[in-house]
Amino acid sequence: MPEKSREYAVNAVLALGLLLVPLWALWAGEPFTITLATRIAILALAGVGLNIALGLGGMVSFGHAAYFGIGAYVAGILAQHAFLNTPVLGLPGSNQMLTIWPVAMLISGVMATAIGALSLRTSGIFFIMITLAFAQMVFYFAISWPAYGGEDGLPIYVRNQFPGLNTMRPWDLFLVAFGVLMVGLAFSALLRGSRFGAALMAIRQNPERAAAVGINPYGVQLTAFAISGMITGLAGALMADLTRFTSPSMMAWPMSGELIVIIILGGTGRLFGPVAGAAILVGFEVTFGGMTEHWKLWLGLVLLGAVLFARGGLIGLIAGKERHG
Amino acid sequence: MTDLLRVEGIEVFYGASQALFGVDLTVKEGQAVALMGRNGMGKTTTIRTLCRLHTAYRGQVWFAGQTITTLPSYKAARLGIGLVPEGRRCFATLTVTENLIAAARPGAWTLERVQSFFPRLAERAGQQASTLSGGEQQMLAIGRALMTNPRLLVLDEATEGLAPVIRQEIWAAIRALKAQGLSILVVDKTLSELKPVADACVILERGQSVWSGPPSAITPDIEHRYLGL
Repeated sequence: MPEKSREYAVNAVLALGLLLVPLWALWAGEPFTITLATRIAILALAGVGLNIALGLGGMVSFGHAAYFGIGAYVAGILAQHAFLNTPVLGLPGSNQMLTIWPVAMLISGVMATAIGALSLRTSGIFFIMITLAFAQMVFYFAISWPAYGGEDGLPIYVRNQFPGLNTMRPWDLFLVAFGVLMVGLAFSALLRGSRFGAALMAIRQNPERAAAVGINPYGVQLTAFAISGMITGLAGALMADLTRFTSPSMMAWPMSGELIVIIILGGTGRLFGPVAGAAILVGFEVTFGGMTEHWKLWLGLVLLGAVLFARGGLIGLIAGKERHG
Repeated sequence: MTDLLRVEGIEVFYGASQALFGVDLTVKEGQAVALMGRNGMGKTTTIRTLCRLHTAYRGQVWFAGQTITTLPSYKAARLGIGLVPEGRRCFATLTVTENLIAAARPGAWTLERVQSFFPRLAERAGQQASTLSGGEQQMLAIGRALMTNPRLLVLDEATEGLAPVIRQEIWAAIRALKAQGLSILVVDKTLSELKPVADACVILERGQSVWSGPPSAITPDIEHRYLGL
């Protein structure tokens, strides 16, 4: 089977698997499995966001937890104000996901633009460090903000609502997360097939050569970075609803690392790489987390194996080498 | 004919060492100019400077009536300077179509037109650029420059290292582009192949433009002295 067709097949299996496993769990009365699948879908969505910056654009952001956390805090803050019926910045709060998501994406996007505008003036290790530094600034701001829980975080008492569904039911919330993930993946596929996506990949390969054919490397990379932050922010808003809790740890540096691990395990730059990576991560957490608290040691070994022997991640291992490596 | 590109007395340094000591060059609208000289005389540096990949320490570069001496290279490209770099330098892991659409700017040259100009690029549309033959990569590099809808096509050693039959194909394409009215600045060493294309020649010697005139005016003495032929 040609590599491209094999990748389509792997993608289809992943999408179907992610849908069918919770469907089976619904039938078998296993709500915990549905929640795990929802967690995979949300982490995968965050990875889809990071994959645009890291996979397509080669921008190794070690600070995407900031956008994930910002999205979560937007959901938490708006929900709290809706619950208490108090205004936020003169506007009413909201417990509607369809209102919360655009706000989460907007604020994450604005932050990603501001952070990207400064970070993209550097490259290599400096870019990694500066994105980490900005994310840590956002993290420390959150833990020192007592109005919204400070170090304790912010609970969401009643899960935010989605029209026509009861988001308190695990299956309904899974459908929301799965649907958003599919839209995110479709958008990512469109982006990589567009002129913008081609320009982004060209810059990744050689910014000078790209500029010589009229591509503005800084402008294209900054736009991609902002889009990437917006998608990760949307995932953060969903995660806050899944856990019914907004925690500062969502924007701490280990979260940024976790998102990078998801991308590497799944396959950097591969469309469904984040889905595979999130499934591996959550699978490890559940399988080995119950046996030992040091389960991350085993995950570390798998990551080491992926970096040394399967640089295309799980998708690369099955479907062959990535064209856009 | 009005001047499309005018390079006046540019001097360029690589760190402490000077590469160009004053290069003058003019390409008029619709004209094909050959930039000639032996290896290491500053042809590629001149090309890179007018494409804004190097900055001139002294001198000026004018394009379409405006100075571009300090413009970012992507803006120079958007003004209409389409570079076909030495050694092709396609985006190796992108497909042929991705290489082309990445550079696309609005104008008469569309993906379809480039593919009909170089049918081989249509046949290889989904193929990774690094897997193409040298000739096909050269077609892709020219196609990519055409996708920017240039007013001036700059070809740096476009036929270097290619088989004779492929060279003929590339020269035929360059002649066809000239016939369509595109201004061309071409760097090459083969005088016999340049003569049918070029309206004017500029010869560089040790980083300076030392001779300019029509190709018919290149005497055996000039050839011997500057081109090492």
